[in-house]
Amino acid sequence: MLFTSYEFIFFMAVLLVLYYLVPKKSQWVLLLLASYVFYWVANPAYLLYIGVTTVTIYFGALKIEKNLNRQTEYIKLHKEELSKEEKKEYKKQQKKIRFRWAALFVCLNIGILAVVKYTNFFLTCLSPVISLFSGNEGVSVVDLLVPMGISFYTFQAVGYLVDVYRGTIPAEKNLFRFALFVSFFPQLVQGPISRYSDLAETLYAEHSFDKKNVAYGLQRILWGYFKKLIIADRIFAAVSTILTNQEEYQGAYLVVGMIFYTIQLYADFTGGIDVTIGVAQTLGIRVQENFNLPYFSMSLKEYWRRWHISMCNWFRDYIFYPVSSSNALQKFAKFSRKRFGESAGKRLPVYVASFVVWFSTGLWHGANWNFIVWGLANWAVLMISEELEPLYAKFHSKVNVKETKWYRAFCMVRTYLLVCCLNLFDCYSSVTDTFRAFKSMLTTFNWQILWNGALLKVGLSGLDYIILAFGVLVMSGVSIVKCKTGARDFVASKPYPVRFAVWFGLFVIVLLMGTYGIGYDSSQFIYNQF
Amino acid sequence: METLLEILADLHPDVDFTKEDKLIDDMILDSFDIVTLISEISEAFDVTITAENIIPENFNSAQALYELIQQLEDEE
Repeated sequence: MLFTSYEFIFFMAVLLVLYYLVPKKSQWVLLLLASYVFYWVANPAYLLYIGVTTVTIYFGALKIEKNLNRQTEYIKLHKEELSKEEKKEYKKQQKKIRFRWAALFVCLNIGILAVVKYTNFFLTCLSPVISLFSGNEGVSVVDLLVPMGISFYTFQAVGYLVDVYRGTIPAEKNLFRFALFVSFFPQLVQGPISRYSDLAETLYAEHSFDKKNVAYGLQRILWGYFKKLIIADRIFAAVSTILTNQEEYQGAYLVVGMIFYTIQLYADFTGGIDVTIGVAQTLGIRVQENFNLPYFSMSLKEYWRRWHISMCNWFRDYIFYPVSSSNALQKFAKFSRKRFGESAGKRLPVYVASFVVWFSTGLWHGANWNFIVWGLANWAVLMISEELEPLYAKFHSKVNVKETKWYRAFCMVRTYLLVCCLNLFDCYSSVTDTFRAFKSMLTTFNWQILWNGALLKVGLSGLDYIILAFGVLVMSGVSIVKCKTGARDFVASKPYPVRFAVWFGLFVIVLLMGTYGIGYDSSQFIYNQF
Repeated sequence: METLLEILADLHPDVDFTKEDKLIDDMILDSFDIVTLISEISEAFDVTITAENIIPENFNSAQALYELIQQLEDEE
């Protein structure tokens, strides 16, 4: 059951009515049932996977917390008898036990994710070795079920377990409440990856019918549908035509295709999150924002603070910081200082930790080398930018342009084009094809396609371009408004006829001009495969 | 505290670390800075800052960071 289907609209209508009719203390139970129905309709077999993750992480967290409580009690009870050294040693031992439990359940669940998502990738990588021993050419792929959203809910559950291990949150005592945290249906499609400390309170609270929440939630859903059906699904036709046929479409076509893909990705992903946050808001539940005007970024570093925020924060807190502060990397830091001097010695450990993060981020995005290369390309650009910082600082000390509008505009356009280029690695499963595309962009000069009508033969009509231009303009306008105030607040501050015109107009536009069933599964959001 | 202030000033010479108390909230220090800081502090004070200690409360001001260092020195 996917967000842009009639089944989902019916599901939400029924859920909303029931949600505000049932006793408030049972609302979370209804949500749990709804989430499992949502997942069951997608595929009943998925329930086994999410069930295993839920139960194992739930028991793991309780086990860890029980150990921590026992430790605290023991220290309290034997406060006078134990020396400082003995207390330290006891705490160290108990922490080791807790670490082993945490590691067991994290490895189990990441292992499940690894097996269902990456078995074929590993088999393909090991194929030459396997063939050598088996005598067969190549290996057969394994047909494994990949539960919808497994990357999202696994990371969300693992994050919770690590937070319990760190002592920053208490373990959830109620298995069913915990099951809701893992399976909350709006997040199953594309995230965001929520933290227990952010989501739990709002998820389990009792919610009265609030006209503003329901209205704003529905508006947000409609806005998500606009981005998805007016822009993303429409522009996909051209993206698909151009980028799946490199023989025919070269040079300027590829530049256009690359830019169109970035527009599609933005509209699709942020549109999906709009629907997620909107659905949650209609239920009175606050889900954290996952995007913050990413194309207004002045650098790639800033872009990764504004794009897919929950994923970036997850990798920062659960991979980057643990790797950076590990004994191994601290020893490497000492070695780097002695070997390469203070300046390089300071930077190398950061670069190594970042490498691990970006390799993992690439791998998380997809079970193929092009995604890993995408991750490492981001890493390379970020590291080069760090190395060039002294040069930039020197430039800005001599040329006073940093705060000028045109320099800021230049930085935004530069970052946008850089992101477009990096995103191209998403489009081709072969990395060679991506580099071939870049070469073609730089060596084939066929810019006449922009005015000779060639772009009307790539799956988009003149009317489609007009609608797309309108859609992108509206999307950009809303982003500019959001720089100062909330877009819905902005509309809500206008007279009633204006408000009615905006929302009714948007509804009609989505109904009449939305792209429905163009031969591409229009109900799939790009990130749904995760 | 002087040593810590020197380390911080080396990272961002333009920031007055004696006054700033929203180093993380205002994104004056980013994740790269934090990792560099961990390494520098480990070297200078012979303490181990682990991932559990990397929370905004401990890094929002030089004073908070110094208190963390003292706490870790007591524990080791």
